[in-house]
Amino acid sequence: MIARYHLIAFFAAALAGGCSADRDGDGIHDPYEPMNRKVHAFNRAVDSRVVKPLSSGVSGKDGKGIGSHVVEAAGNFGSNLALPGTAVNHLLQGKPAPAVRTTFRFLVNSTLGFAGLLDPAGKDFALPEEDTDFGQTLAAWGVGEGAYLELPLIGPSTERDAVGRVVDLVIDPMRGWLNRDQYLIGMGARAASKAGERGRFSDSVDSILYESADSYAQTRLIWLQHRRHELGEEGENIDPYAE
Amino acid sequence: MTLMPNEFRRHNRRGFLGLIGAGLALVAQPAWALDTDEARALIEKSLNEVYTVINSGQPPAQMFKAFEAIFARYADVDIIARSALGPAARQAGAAGFAAYKQAFQGYIGRKYGKRFREFIGSEIEVTGARPVKSFYAVTSVAYLKGRSPMEVEWHVSDKSGQSRYFNIIIEGVNMLASERAEIGAMLARRKGDIAALTADLQQAG
Repeated sequence: MIARYHLIAFFAAALAGGCSADRDGDGIHDPYEPMNRKVHAFNRAVDSRVVKPLSSGVSGKDGKGIGSHVVEAAGNFGSNLALPGTAVNHLLQGKPAPAVRTTFRFLVNSTLGFAGLLDPAGKDFALPEEDTDFGQTLAAWGVGEGAYLELPLIGPSTERDAVGRVVDLVIDPMRGWLNRDQYLIGMGARAASKAGERGRFSDSVDSILYESADSYAQTRLIWLQHRRHELGEEGENIDPYAE
Repeated sequence: MTLMPNEFRRHNRRGFLGLIGAGLALVAQPAWALDTDEARALIEKSLNEVYTVINSGQPPAQMFKAFEAIFARYADVDIIARSALGPAARQAGAAGFAAYKQAFQGYIGRKYGKRFREFIGSEIEVTGARPVKSFYAVTSVAYLKGRSPMEVEWHVSDKSGQSRYFNIIIEGVNMLASERAEIGAMLARRKGDIAALTADLQQAG
Protein backbone atom coordinates (compact mmCIF):
# COMPACT_ATOMS: atom_id res chain seq x y z
CA MET A 1 0.00 0.00 0.00
CA ILE A 2 2.79 2.40 0.90
CA ALA A 3 4.49 1.65 -2.40
CA ARG A 4 1.22 2.54 -4.15
CA TYR A 5 1.04 5.95 -2.56
CA HIS A 6 4.67 6.59 -3.43
CA LEU A 7 3.70 5.85 -7.00
CA ILE A 8 0.90 8.42 -6.80
CA ALA A 9 3.25 11.02 -5.38
CA PHE A 10 5.60 10.32 -8.27
CA PHE A 11 2.84 10.69 -10.87
CA ALA A 12 1.56 13.85 -9.26
CA ALA A 13 5.02 15.40 -9.24
CA ALA A 14 5.62 14.39 -12.85
CA LEU A 15 2.28 15.89 -13.84
CA ALA A 16 2.76 19.13 -11.98
CA GLY A 17 5.93 19.60 -14.00
CA GLY A 18 4.66 18.27 -17.31
CA CYS A 19 1.13 19.62 -17.52
CA SER A 20 1.72 23.27 -16.99
CA ALA A 21 1.33 24.17 -20.67
CA ASP A 22 -1.04 27.01 -21.36
CA ARG A 23 -4.37 26.63 -23.09
CA ASP A 24 -4.74 28.31 -26.45
CA GLY A 25 -7.05 31.28 -26.98
CA ASP A 26 -10.12 29.08 -27.40
CA GLY A 27 -9.46 27.26 -24.12
CA ILE A 28 -8.24 24.13 -25.89
CA HIS A 29 -4.68 22.82 -25.64
CA ASP A 30 -4.23 20.09 -28.22
CA PRO A 31 -0.60 19.70 -29.32
CA TYR A 32 -1.20 16.00 -30.16
CA GLU A 33 -4.04 16.79 -32.57
CA PRO A 34 -2.70 14.77 -35.57
CA MET A 35 -2.31 11.64 -33.42
CA ASN A 36 -5.60 12.28 -31.62
CA ARG A 37 -7.42 12.55 -34.94
CA LYS A 38 -6.13 9.13 -35.98
CA VAL A 39 -7.32 7.62 -32.70
CA HIS A 40 -10.66 9.38 -33.18
CA ALA A 41 -11.09 7.80 -36.62
CA PHE A 42 -10.32 4.41 -35.06
CA ASN A 43 -12.77 4.94 -32.19
CA ARG A 44 -15.46 6.04 -34.61
CA ALA A 45 -14.96 2.92 -36.71
CA VAL A 46 -15.19 0.72 -33.60
CA ASP A 47 -18.36 2.52 -32.58
CA SER A 48 -20.08 2.18 -35.93
CA ARG A 49 -19.08 -1.49 -36.47
CA VAL A 50 -19.27 -2.91 -32.94
CA VAL A 51 -20.59 -0.71 -30.15
CA LYS A 52 -23.51 0.92 -31.95
CA PRO A 53 -25.00 -2.31 -33.42
CA LEU A 54 -24.54 -4.08 -30.07
CA SER A 55 -26.02 -1.32 -27.97
CA SER A 56 -29.05 -0.74 -30.18
CA GLY A 57 -29.76 -4.46 -29.91
CA VAL A 58 -29.52 -4.45 -26.12
CA SER A 59 -31.54 -1.37 -25.23
CA GLY A 60 -34.43 -0.36 -27.44
CA LYS A 61 -34.73 3.27 -28.44
CA ASP A 62 -37.63 3.89 -26.07
CA GLY A 63 -35.61 2.48 -23.14
CA LYS A 64 -38.19 -0.23 -22.44
CA GLY A 65 -38.14 -4.00 -22.75
CA ILE A 66 -36.23 -6.68 -20.92
CA GLY A 67 -32.87 -5.63 -22.39
CA SER A 68 -32.86 -2.28 -20.65
CA HIS A 69 -33.54 -3.90 -17.25
CA VAL A 70 -30.56 -6.22 -17.72
CA VAL A 71 -28.41 -3.23 -18.70
CA GLU A 72 -29.59 -1.30 -15.66
CA ALA A 73 -28.77 -4.19 -13.31
CA ALA A 74 -25.36 -4.67 -14.95
CA GLY A 75 -24.71 -0.97 -14.63
CA ASN A 76 -25.74 -0.97 -10.95
CA PHE A 77 -23.54 -3.98 -10.30
CA GLY A 78 -20.51 -2.47 -12.02
CA SER A 79 -20.83 0.99 -10.49
CA ASN A 80 -21.33 -0.51 -7.03
CA LEU A 81 -17.91 -2.15 -7.34
CA ALA A 82 -16.42 1.24 -8.18
CA LEU A 83 -17.68 2.83 -4.94
CA PRO A 84 -14.73 1.93 -2.66
CA GLY A 85 -12.35 3.58 -5.12
CA THR A 86 -14.66 6.60 -5.25
CA ALA A 87 -14.64 6.85 -1.44
CA VAL A 88 -10.82 6.75 -1.43
CA ASN A 89 -10.74 9.66 -3.89
CA HIS A 90 -13.20 11.71 -1.82
CA LEU A 91 -10.84 11.21 1.13
CA LEU A 92 -7.78 12.16 -0.94
CA GLN A 93 -9.60 15.36 -1.91
CA GLY A 94 -10.09 16.11 1.79
CA LYS A 95 -13.87 15.55 1.69
CA PRO A 96 -14.79 13.08 4.45
CA ALA A 97 -18.59 13.60 4.23
CA PRO A 98 -19.06 12.25 0.69
CA ALA A 99 -16.51 9.53 1.48
CA VAL A 100 -18.69 8.36 4.38
CA ARG A 101 -21.91 8.58 2.31
CA THR A 102 -20.26 6.62 -0.50
CA THR A 103 -19.16 3.94 1.96
CA PHE A 104 -22.72 3.64 3.33
CA ARG A 105 -24.05 3.48 -0.21
CA PHE A 106 -21.66 0.61 -0.92
CA LEU A 107 -22.67 -1.27 2.25
CA VAL A 108 -26.42 -0.85 1.64
CA ASN A 109 -26.34 -1.80 -2.03
CA SER A 110 -23.97 -4.74 -1.48
CA THR A 111 -26.35 -6.26 1.08
CA LEU A 112 -29.96 -5.06 0.62
CA GLY A 113 -29.27 -4.47 -3.08
CA PHE A 114 -28.19 -8.08 -3.79
CA ALA A 115 -24.46 -7.47 -4.42
CA GLY A 116 -25.27 -4.18 -6.08
CA LEU A 117 -27.72 -5.39 -8.73
CA LEU A 118 -30.36 -3.06 -7.27
CA ASP A 119 -29.96 0.46 -5.94
CA PRO A 120 -31.95 0.74 -2.66
CA ALA A 121 -29.40 3.24 -1.29
CA GLY A 122 -30.30 5.76 -3.98
CA LYS A 123 -34.02 4.96 -4.07
CA ASP A 124 -34.86 4.60 -0.34
CA PHE A 125 -31.92 5.96 1.68
CA ALA A 126 -31.21 9.24 -0.14
CA LEU A 127 -27.65 8.15 -0.84
CA PRO A 128 -27.23 8.92 -4.57
CA GLU A 129 -24.02 8.23 -6.42
CA GLU A 130 -21.47 10.99 -5.83
CA ASP A 131 -18.98 10.12 -8.51
CA THR A 132 -15.38 11.21 -8.51
CA ASP A 133 -12.05 9.85 -9.70
CA PHE A 134 -8.32 10.38 -9.34
CA GLY A 135 -8.34 12.85 -12.24
CA GLN A 136 -10.52 15.06 -10.06
CA THR A 137 -8.25 14.42 -7.08
CA LEU A 138 -5.29 15.67 -9.13
CA ALA A 139 -7.34 18.76 -10.10
CA ALA A 140 -8.12 19.34 -6.40
CA TRP A 141 -4.39 19.12 -5.67
CA GLY A 142 -3.77 21.88 -8.19
CA VAL A 143 -2.36 19.77 -11.04
CA GLY A 144 -3.05 21.40 -14.42
CA GLU A 145 -5.32 19.79 -17.01
CA GLY A 146 -2.51 19.17 -19.50
CA ALA A 147 -3.02 18.46 -23.17
CA TYR A 148 -6.19 17.00 -24.65
CA LEU A 149 -5.98 13.29 -25.52
CA GLU A 150 -8.27 10.90 -27.30
CA LEU A 151 -7.52 7.41 -26.00
CA PRO A 152 -8.18 4.25 -28.04
CA LEU A 153 -11.51 2.61 -27.02
CA ILE A 154 -11.80 4.83 -23.92
CA GLY A 155 -12.35 8.10 -25.76
CA PRO A 156 -11.73 11.75 -24.83
CA SER A 157 -9.38 12.52 -21.94
CA THR A 158 -6.59 14.84 -20.89
CA GLU A 159 -3.06 14.14 -19.69
CA ARG A 160 -4.25 14.67 -16.13
CA ASP A 161 -7.28 12.37 -16.53
CA ALA A 162 -5.28 9.67 -18.33
CA VAL A 163 -2.86 9.48 -15.39
CA GLY A 164 -5.90 9.54 -13.08
CA ARG A 165 -7.34 6.48 -14.80
CA VAL A 166 -4.13 4.49 -14.31
CA VAL A 167 -3.86 5.53 -10.67
CA ASP A 168 -7.54 4.63 -10.10
CA LEU A 169 -6.76 1.07 -11.17
CA VAL A 170 -3.79 0.96 -8.79
CA ILE A 171 -5.52 2.36 -5.70
CA ASP A 172 -8.86 0.52 -6.16
CA PRO A 173 -9.42 -1.37 -2.86
CA MET A 174 -11.60 -3.90 -4.70
CA ARG A 175 -8.48 -5.34 -6.30
CA GLY A 176 -7.41 -6.58 -2.91
CA TRP A 177 -10.85 -7.93 -1.97
CA LEU A 178 -11.81 -9.77 -5.13
CA ASN A 179 -9.98 -12.44 -7.06
CA ARG A 180 -8.99 -11.76 -10.65
CA ASP A 181 -12.06 -13.39 -12.24
CA GLN A 182 -14.48 -11.52 -9.98
CA TYR A 183 -12.68 -8.26 -10.74
CA LEU A 184 -12.85 -8.86 -14.49
CA ILE A 185 -16.58 -9.64 -14.26
CA GLY A 186 -17.06 -6.30 -12.52
CA MET A 187 -15.15 -4.48 -15.25
CA GLY A 188 -17.21 -6.33 -17.87
CA ALA A 189 -20.43 -5.20 -16.19
CA ARG A 190 -19.28 -1.59 -16.32
CA ALA A 191 -18.39 -1.87 -20.00
CA ALA A 192 -21.81 -3.44 -20.71
CA SER A 193 -23.58 -0.61 -18.91
CA LYS A 194 -21.59 1.94 -20.94
CA ALA A 195 -22.80 0.22 -24.11
CA GLY A 196 -26.34 0.39 -22.75
CA GLU A 197 -26.00 4.11 -22.13
CA ARG A 198 -24.75 4.57 -25.66
CA GLY A 199 -27.99 2.96 -26.84
CA ARG A 200 -30.19 5.12 -24.65
CA PHE A 201 -28.58 8.36 -25.74
CA SER A 202 -27.98 7.22 -29.31
CA ASP A 203 -29.60 10.34 -30.80
CA SER A 204 -27.09 12.62 -29.07
CA VAL A 205 -24.08 10.39 -29.71
CA ASP A 206 -24.99 9.93 -33.38
CA SER A 207 -25.47 13.66 -33.78
CA ILE A 208 -21.92 14.36 -32.56
CA LEU A 209 -20.11 11.38 -34.11
CA TYR A 210 -21.83 11.01 -37.48
CA GLU A 211 -23.71 14.19 -38.34
CA SER A 212 -21.11 16.78 -37.43
CA ALA A 213 -18.90 18.48 -40.03
CA ASP A 214 -15.88 17.85 -37.79
CA SER A 215 -16.77 15.17 -35.26
CA TYR A 216 -13.29 15.30 -33.72
CA ALA A 217 -13.55 19.02 -32.92
CA GLN A 218 -17.13 18.67 -31.63
CA THR A 219 -16.25 15.71 -29.39
CA ARG A 220 -13.22 17.55 -28.03
CA LEU A 221 -15.13 20.75 -27.30
CA ILE A 222 -18.18 19.11 -25.74
CA TRP A 223 -16.17 16.68 -23.65
CA LEU A 224 -13.77 19.36 -22.33
CA GLN A 225 -16.61 21.72 -21.43
CA HIS A 226 -18.50 18.99 -19.63
CA ARG A 227 -15.45 17.71 -17.77
CA ARG A 228 -14.45 21.21 -16.65
CA HIS A 229 -18.01 21.75 -15.43
CA GLU A 230 -17.79 18.50 -13.43
CA LEU A 231 -14.55 19.72 -11.86
CA GLY A 232 -16.02 23.14 -11.06
CA GLU A 233 -13.74 24.91 -13.57
CA GLU A 234 -16.30 27.08 -15.32
CA GLY A 235 -15.44 28.69 -18.63
CA GLU A 236 -15.94 32.31 -19.59
CA ASN A 237 -19.47 33.40 -20.43
CA ILE A 238 -19.99 34.30 -24.07
CA ASP A 239 -21.58 37.72 -24.62
CA PRO A 240 -22.26 37.86 -28.37
CA TYR A 241 -23.68 41.39 -28.05
CA ALA A 242 -20.32 42.69 -26.88
CA GLU A 243 -18.42 41.34 -29.91
CA MET B 1 -49.07 80.55 6.57
CA THR B 2 -45.71 81.65 5.33
CA LEU B 3 -42.93 79.35 4.41
CA MET B 4 -39.64 79.90 6.25
CA PRO B 5 -36.81 80.53 3.78
CA ASN B 6 -34.79 77.68 5.23
CA GLU B 7 -37.58 75.21 4.92
CA PHE B 8 -38.31 76.32 1.41
CA ARG B 9 -34.74 75.74 0.36
CA ARG B 10 -34.72 72.21 1.80
CA HIS B 11 -37.94 71.38 0.02
CA ASN B 12 -36.62 72.60 -3.22
CA ARG B 13 -33.38 70.72 -2.91
CA ARG B 14 -35.13 67.46 -2.16
CA GLY B 15 -37.32 67.95 -5.19
CA PHE B 16 -34.30 68.57 -7.37
CA LEU B 17 -32.48 65.51 -6.06
CA GLY B 18 -35.63 63.50 -6.54
CA LEU B 19 -35.75 64.56 -10.16
CA ILE B 20 -32.13 63.55 -10.71
CA GLY B 21 -32.86 60.22 -9.10
CA ALA B 22 -35.86 59.63 -11.35
CA GLY B 23 -33.79 60.56 -14.38
CA LEU B 24 -31.05 58.11 -13.42
CA ALA B 25 -33.62 55.38 -12.92
CA LEU B 26 -34.98 56.10 -16.39
CA VAL B 27 -31.53 55.88 -17.94
CA ALA B 28 -30.68 52.65 -16.12
CA GLN B 29 -33.99 50.94 -16.87
CA PRO B 30 -35.39 51.53 -20.34
CA ALA B 31 -39.07 50.87 -20.99
CA TRP B 32 -38.48 47.19 -21.95
CA ALA B 33 -36.18 46.62 -18.99
CA LEU B 34 -35.61 42.99 -18.23
CA ASP B 35 -35.48 41.72 -14.68
CA THR B 36 -34.97 38.31 -13.11
CA ASP B 37 -38.73 37.61 -12.93
CA GLU B 38 -39.23 38.46 -16.56
CA ALA B 39 -36.23 36.40 -17.69
CA ARG B 40 -37.52 33.49 -15.70
CA ALA B 41 -41.05 33.85 -17.08
CA LEU B 42 -39.69 33.87 -20.64
CA ILE B 43 -37.91 30.55 -20.15
CA GLU B 44 -40.87 28.96 -18.35
CA LYS B 45 -43.19 29.99 -21.16
CA SER B 46 -40.93 28.65 -23.90
CA LEU B 47 -40.38 25.37 -22.01
CA ASN B 48 -44.14 24.91 -21.65
CA GLU B 49 -44.52 25.28 -25.40
CA VAL B 50 -41.69 22.81 -26.04
CA TYR B 51 -43.28 20.20 -23.78
CA THR B 52 -46.69 20.71 -25.40
CA VAL B 53 -45.05 19.75 -28.71
CA ILE B 54 -43.12 16.80 -27.22
CA ASN B 55 -46.28 15.39 -25.67
CA SER B 56 -48.43 16.02 -28.75
CA GLY B 57 -47.29 12.82 -30.45
CA GLN B 58 -47.11 14.49 -33.87
CA PRO B 59 -44.88 12.99 -36.56
CA PRO B 60 -41.23 14.09 -36.10
CA ALA B 61 -41.18 16.29 -39.22
CA GLN B 62 -44.07 18.38 -37.87
CA MET B 63 -42.45 18.51 -34.43
CA PHE B 64 -39.25 19.94 -35.92
CA LYS B 65 -41.26 22.71 -37.61
CA ALA B 66 -42.97 23.48 -34.29
CA PHE B 67 -39.62 23.53 -32.42
CA GLU B 68 -38.22 25.89 -35.05
CA ALA B 69 -41.18 28.25 -34.55
CA ILE B 70 -40.68 28.23 -30.77
CA PHE B 71 -36.95 28.88 -31.22
CA ALA B 72 -37.73 31.84 -33.53
CA ARG B 73 -40.21 33.22 -31.01
CA TYR B 74 -38.13 33.04 -27.83
CA ALA B 75 -34.49 33.07 -28.97
CA ASP B 76 -32.53 35.93 -30.51
CA VAL B 77 -31.92 33.98 -33.72
CA ASP B 78 -30.14 36.93 -35.34
CA ILE B 79 -27.38 37.19 -32.74
CA ILE B 80 -27.02 33.40 -32.40
CA ALA B 81 -26.70 32.93 -36.18
CA ARG B 82 -24.32 35.90 -36.41
CA SER B 83 -22.15 34.67 -33.56
CA ALA B 84 -22.06 31.11 -34.94
CA LEU B 85 -20.85 32.42 -38.31
CA GLY B 86 -18.11 34.49 -36.66
CA PRO B 87 -16.11 37.15 -38.58
CA ALA B 88 -17.56 35.90 -41.89
CA ALA B 89 -20.90 37.44 -40.86
CA ARG B 90 -19.43 40.89 -41.49
CA GLN B 91 -18.45 40.02 -45.05
CA ALA B 92 -21.84 38.56 -45.93
CA GLY B 93 -24.27 40.89 -47.71
CA ALA B 94 -27.69 41.55 -46.16
CA ALA B 95 -29.49 39.12 -48.47
CA GLY B 96 -26.80 36.45 -48.07
CA PHE B 97 -26.94 36.73 -44.30
CA ALA B 98 -30.75 36.63 -44.23
CA ALA B 99 -30.77 33.41 -46.28
CA TYR B 100 -28.09 31.90 -44.04
CA LYS B 101 -30.04 32.91 -40.91
CA GLN B 102 -33.23 31.31 -42.23
CA ALA B 103 -31.37 28.05 -43.02
CA PHE B 104 -29.64 28.15 -39.63
CA GLN B 105 -32.98 28.45 -37.84
CA GLY B 106 -34.34 25.36 -39.60
CA TYR B 107 -31.12 23.45 -38.90
CA ILE B 108 -31.37 24.22 -35.16
CA GLY B 109 -35.03 23.13 -35.10
CA ARG B 110 -34.14 19.76 -36.65
CA LYS B 111 -30.84 19.15 -34.88
CA TYR B 112 -32.04 19.79 -31.34
CA GLY B 113 -35.58 18.65 -32.11
CA LYS B 114 -34.26 15.21 -33.04
CA ARG B 115 -33.34 14.64 -29.43
CA PHE B 116 -36.93 15.02 -28.26
CA ARG B 117 -37.13 11.29 -27.44
CA GLU B 118 -34.69 11.78 -24.56
CA PHE B 119 -37.17 14.28 -23.09
CA ILE B 120 -40.31 12.14 -23.25
CA GLY B 121 -41.54 11.67 -19.68
CA SER B 122 -39.04 14.23 -18.39
CA GLU B 123 -39.52 17.44 -16.48
CA ILE B 124 -37.60 20.70 -16.36
CA GLU B 125 -37.89 22.88 -13.28
CA VAL B 126 -36.80 26.52 -13.41
CA THR B 127 -34.88 27.08 -10.19
CA GLY B 128 -33.74 30.69 -10.30
CA ALA B 129 -32.51 33.72 -12.20
CA ARG B 130 -29.64 36.12 -11.57
CA PRO B 131 -28.02 39.05 -13.36
CA VAL B 132 -24.64 38.29 -15.01
CA LYS B 133 -22.74 41.30 -16.35
CA SER B 134 -25.02 42.64 -19.07
CA PHE B 135 -27.55 39.80 -19.18
CA TYR B 136 -29.55 37.37 -17.05
CA ALA B 137 -28.87 33.71 -16.37
CA VAL B 138 -31.93 31.54 -15.71
CA THR B 139 -31.08 28.27 -14.04
CA SER B 140 -33.11 25.09 -14.38
CA VAL B 141 -32.80 21.40 -13.62
CA ALA B 142 -33.86 18.74 -16.12
CA TYR B 143 -35.05 15.42 -14.71
CA LEU B 144 -34.65 12.81 -17.45
CA LYS B 145 -35.72 9.23 -16.95
CA GLY B 146 -32.98 7.00 -15.55
CA ARG B 147 -30.40 9.75 -15.49
CA SER B 148 -29.09 12.01 -12.76
CA PRO B 149 -30.57 15.54 -12.86
CA MET B 150 -28.93 17.88 -15.36
CA GLU B 151 -28.23 21.58 -14.88
CA VAL B 152 -29.50 23.69 -17.75
CA GLU B 153 -28.71 27.41 -17.82
CA TRP B 154 -30.33 29.94 -20.19
CA HIS B 155 -28.79 33.30 -20.99
CA VAL B 156 -31.39 36.00 -21.60
CA SER B 157 -30.83 39.51 -22.91
CA ASP B 158 -32.95 42.45 -24.08
CA LYS B 159 -30.18 43.99 -26.18
CA SER B 160 -32.10 43.18 -29.36
CA GLY B 161 -34.96 45.38 -28.11
CA GLN B 162 -36.94 42.36 -26.97
CA SER B 163 -36.30 39.83 -24.21
CA ARG B 164 -34.83 36.75 -25.84
CA TYR B 165 -32.46 33.95 -24.86
CA PHE B 166 -29.21 33.68 -26.79
CA ASN B 167 -27.42 30.70 -25.24
CA ILE B 168 -28.20 27.41 -23.50
CA ILE B 169 -25.61 25.69 -21.32
CA ILE B 170 -26.32 22.06 -20.48
CA GLU B 171 -24.03 20.63 -17.79
CA GLY B 172 -21.33 23.05 -18.87
CA VAL B 173 -21.78 22.38 -22.59
CA ASN B 174 -22.30 25.70 -24.31
CA MET B 175 -24.61 25.66 -27.34
CA LEU B 176 -23.18 28.87 -28.82
CA ALA B 177 -19.59 27.61 -28.52
CA SER B 178 -20.50 24.27 -30.04
CA GLU B 179 -22.38 25.87 -32.96
CA ARG B 180 -19.45 28.22 -33.58
CA ALA B 181 -17.19 25.18 -33.95
CA GLU B 182 -19.73 23.35 -36.11
CA ILE B 183 -20.63 26.25 -38.44
CA GLY B 184 -16.92 27.13 -38.60
CA ALA B 185 -16.10 23.59 -39.76
CA MET B 186 -18.94 23.62 -42.31
CA LEU B 187 -17.79 26.98 -43.67
CA ALA B 188 -14.16 25.78 -43.89
CA ARG B 189 -15.33 22.73 -45.85
CA ARG B 190 -16.91 25.14 -48.36
CA LYS B 191 -13.77 27.33 -48.35
CA GLY B 192 -15.64 30.31 -46.92
CA ASP B 193 -18.53 30.32 -49.42
CA ILE B 194 -21.58 31.41 -47.37
CA ALA B 195 -24.09 30.55 -50.11
CA ALA B 196 -22.75 26.98 -50.24
CA LEU B 197 -22.85 26.81 -46.43
CA THR B 198 -26.48 27.98 -46.52
CA ALA B 199 -27.36 25.20 -48.99
CA ASP B 200 -25.62 22.63 -46.74
CA LEU B 201 -27.48 23.94 -43.68
CA GLN B 202 -30.83 23.42 -45.42
CA GLN B 203 -30.03 19.70 -45.48
CA ALA B 204 -28.17 19.43 -42.15
CA GLY B 205 -29.48 18.81 -38.66
